[in-house]
Amino acid sequence: MADVERHDYDVVVIGAGGAGLRAAIEADARGAKTAIVCKSLLGKAHTVMAEGGIAAALGNVWPEDNWKVHFRDTMRGGKLLNNWRMAQLHAQEAPDRVLELEEWGALFDRTKDGLILQRDFGGHRYARLAHVGDRTGLEMIRTLQDAAVAKGIDVFMECTLRHLLTDGERVTGAMGYWRQSGKLIAFGAKAVVLATGGVGKAWRVTSNSWEYTGDGIAMALEAGADLIDMEMTQFHPTGMVWPPSVRGLLVTEGVRGDGGTLRNKSGDRFMFKYIPAFFRAETADTEKEADAWYEDKKNNRRTPDLLPRDEVARAINSEVKAGRGTEHGGVFLDIATRRSADYIKRRLPSMYHQFKELADVDITKQQMEIGPTLHYIMGGIRVDPDTEAATVPGLYAAGEVAAGMHGANRLGGNSLSDLLVFGRRAGEAAAEYSKRARAPTVDDAQVSAYAQRMEAPFEKGGDENPYKIHSELQDTMQELVGIIRRRDELEEALARLERFRARAARASVTGSRVYNPGWHLALDLENLIGVSEAVTRSALIREESRGGHTRDDFPKTDPEWGTKNVVTRKRDGRLNITTEPIPKVPAELSALLGEDKPTGDAATGARTPVAAGDD
Amino acid sequence: MPDTQVWVWRGDASGGDFMPYRVEADEGMVVLDVVHRIQAEKAPDLAVRWNCKAGKCGSCSAEVNGHPKLMCMTRMNEFAPDEHITISPVKTFPVIKDLVTDVSFNYEKAKTIPPFKPKPRDPDGKRRMYQEDVERVQEFHKCIECFLCQDVCHVIRDHEENKESFSGPRFFVRLAALEMHPLDANERIDLIRAKHGLGFCNITKCCTEVCPEDIHITDNAIIPLKERVVSAHYDPIAWALRRMRGKKDEFAPPEPKPPSA
Amino acid sequence: MTQATAVKVRDRPAERTDFWWVEPVVIVAVLGAFVLYSMYAGLAGTNYYFEPYLSPLYSPCITANCVHPTLPIVGSYWNLSPAILIVAFPLAFRVTCYYYRRSYYRAFFWSPPACAVPDARKSYAGETRFPFLAQNLHRYALIFATTLLIFLWWDVFLAFNFNGHFGIGLGSILMLANVILLSGYSASCHSLRYLVGGYLDSFHGKSLRFRLWSWANTLNARHARWAWASLLVVGSTDAYIRLLAMGVLHDPRIVF
Repeated sequence: MADVERHDYDVVVIGAGGAGLRAAIEADARGAKTAIVCKSLLGKAHTVMAEGGIAAALGNVWPEDNWKVHFRDTMRGGKLLNNWRMAQLHAQEAPDRVLELEEWGALFDRTKDGLILQRDFGGHRYARLAHVGDRTGLEMIRTLQDAAVAKGIDVFMECTLRHLLTDGERVTGAMGYWRQSGKLIAFGAKAVVLATGGVGKAWRVTSNSWEYTGDGIAMALEAGADLIDMEMTQFHPTGMVWPPSVRGLLVTEGVRGDGGTLRNKSGDRFMFKYIPAFFRAETADTEKEADAWYEDKKNNRRTPDLLPRDEVARAINSEVKAGRGTEHGGVFLDIATRRSADYIKRRLPSMYHQFKELADVDITKQQMEIGPTLHYIMGGIRVDPDTEAATVPGLYAAGEVAAGMHGANRLGGNSLSDLLVFGRRAGEAAAEYSKRARAPTVDDAQVSAYAQRMEAPFEKGGDENPYKIHSELQDTMQELVGIIRRRDELEEALARLERFRARAARASVTGSRVYNPGWHLALDLENLIGVSEAVTRSALIREESRGGHTRDDFPKTDPEWGTKNVVTRKRDGRLNITTEPIPKVPAELSALLGEDKPTGDAATGARTPVAAGDD
Repeated sequence: MPDTQVWVWRGDASGGDFMPYRVEADEGMVVLDVVHRIQAEKAPDLAVRWNCKAGKCGSCSAEVNGHPKLMCMTRMNEFAPDEHITISPVKTFPVIKDLVTDVSFNYEKAKTIPPFKPKPRDPDGKRRMYQEDVERVQEFHKCIECFLCQDVCHVIRDHEENKESFSGPRFFVRLAALEMHPLDANERIDLIRAKHGLGFCNITKCCTEVCPEDIHITDNAIIPLKERVVSAHYDPIAWALRRMRGKKDEFAPPEPKPPSA
Repeated sequence: MTQATAVKVRDRPAERTDFWWVEPVVIVAVLGAFVLYSMYAGLAGTNYYFEPYLSPLYSPCITANCVHPTLPIVGSYWNLSPAILIVAFPLAFRVTCYYYRRSYYRAFFWSPPACAVPDARKSYAGETRFPFLAQNLHRYALIFATTLLIFLWWDVFLAFNFNGHFGIGLGSILMLANVILLSGYSASCHSLRYLVGGYLDSFHGKSLRFRLWSWANTLNARHARWAWASLLVVGSTDAYIRLLAMGVLHDPRIVF
């Protein structure tokens, strides 16, 4: 058997972002021997990039706010594709999770009377986001990191786990390698919590870092777990577009929350043309009313600049395609004309810094050039809403890697609260499960087989540059599985993915096993391609436009599809895509949502929509 | 676009040297982009840490022409067209490979810091803090743990033997954040002097100069901590006042209180 | 990878090729010049008063033998320069000053000479040992030096009095500028910032201390500038009065 370092834990948490850390803290608190395993150094996970805030109906700024309104906003923002129970738990528990961070030392901005200040964000009826300037994610991850360190939880840093170990159906551990030494490592675990985030690195223009290679999704799929809604990818409307080296870098929605407006190249506030019927009742339809809303929220409806992200991203995409974009293919975001330089620097210090340093733009005087950037995937591992258990025993998932909570589109600020609420629930359930579960058996043959797979690139002497394959994959997903999708393009993407898979198997690796990024990428490609395939196949199945999934050939939102999840399973090495009904919202919650359903055409841009029945 | 040439330090714990690489330059490129291009085109095993590429995660610390910098925030147009550009790993920590160093020193030190311990809640069960109090500490919470201050601090950069008894600027920022937290009830002043070695700092301010988050590490974290240590250890009048008032006065750090329920 | 020329990363030569040595050289030159000049001026014991101007290096003048005694508490047995008796206070304040410490540890001790340039010393214990432990008493130096400022303000008051008539001379303006800069230097002191409120963890309900601390904080951000400006102007004020007393210069003045 290969030389593999071995460890045994009750609960192994993979990923050390908000969800992973929160899960580990909870599992540890409940007496489980817990390990956190993460690909980067501790505290560098993507949560750190979250800027605007944590959505929680604390009611500090608007006493009218409560969990029911938050629940409604979340469900409507998700185009009612959400798992109602998750949305309910999330809305109910988010305030406690935020207050808990204060118990661990977090310092949010304050209201005059000393409570947590909340800011406006897209799709939230009330100012609801607890925040720290525009670096809320940093505050959150550092608070959780320090809490986890103080509790003495074992952390395995720069350790990539690539495969789940199984005993029959049950997940009994995980296996991977130390990035620093290249040595292999295997964990036996009674329960594994996946908190690995998304798969943004499959796209060219993304706010995500190298880590976002879909590891958790791919591992769960391999272990037999169900995925749902993989076609639901979120393009954040405001990413940087210029210069090329920063393309995709996130510009927080807080810019719009704090007064920023979108304009096309002629200076028109184009968002007024893109208000969908579903949100018309609550959205200002004149510039006058929208401007007045910043000062008087009671008597005016909110500006369309703060529609949910999917709507804004599509609108920007349409403007650019119609030739009304900037020279670098974006639109303008302007906060300088509404707010003073002092206000901008105080509320949005890192945006100010980011534009100044990287783009030579002073946002207190100039407009920002922005465009959509792949930011998040609403789809992922199907979980039980209360326990975050995946569909195979011993496996749990929380955060971006899990699905259901956000439906077809996630509201800004709901991610950080999602991490905390469901991270805690996953940690709790995993710890409880580990008390009942018998000791895991780790199958040496399985370990050897995986060891061989991971070592293979060194032995095969391939002829393909993994960086090149990755780059081409990103272009493919960007062009063919982007904001606006079409059958023929999706099919073309599938064909190309097949070719990438064949080439990835021949990826060449040079150098030693010590901290070798070329090797790491060669291994990551398999996950990237596998998850990209799940996204593409799911996108092909869902023949409607809803939230983060827009079909040029099916531009209408179809109420029939609104009752279905697209489910992905891997059986005998092949992806199997089906649809299953969404759990029905109970009557008392349904009443909160209103009678209307999302309908109508999505703004797909300059292309002529293909008439239904054309294919 | 013209080519750009950089010299990247390649090697491991046993040694290494600068190697020249020439790649195509793009508008707006940062040093990290150049390193990525070298990886993709010339040296796939070139080791480098990075994550956010926006100066928010603090992963891509290195020394560019001898200056501790985040590679993602160092624009290539800062350099003259024919400038000899070197990129090397941070010096304070042992090299693992190329630009990657073993920063576990920091994670070990972090474990020795007594965590936040909240004071009791207000009678209505809420916790109140005020913006003026929170703002002072929020400056310290901006720290992205890039460890550039640790790299530039000569106390450990040039004197390996001090690593045992000195925690470095990053941890004085953290300790200051905890000590000045309006709701913290833990006591650390003694520890700051004895265990974390505040006295080793000769306030030469290089940590402040390199901080990519513009935290005034020396003026706002280290010196106020030094003043607090003075009150607790060196100031005879503060000592006398404490005795007179039965060991309780404003000049002394608050007595540890039992944790809230 | 590892070649014949390979060096361990810690032993590699410093890579800074910019003019990092300019700052320490300038500091050595300016501080050194000031120390030499003030030693000369302070030990001279002559030419420190030109009516109505008293050199700040000699204020308060506390010997009976002083040409212009401020507070003659030392008898006529003291024959040396009166400046010697008071020099310790401003000297201690500046020597223990957090800003000057930064500058002279860099420029004179080369510990380190500049950021990311190797420390010149083999072993290093910072301020953990005597005599550097005494730096911890900076706040006492602050209190004494600041008390002496009262006398300097009194001197300025006198410097506008020309034989019973109000007037303004170049000397009066210099002395006023000097005392303003010295006061600014004291008010921007790190220790003062601590004493007026920095020791608190919560300012809520303590608005006076919050306001004082905020002011001290604002001034403190420019502490280095106050330090240099006041140093240069103290030296210049003494030199001006000295040259007047020596009859080299003539003091332009308007007397009302």
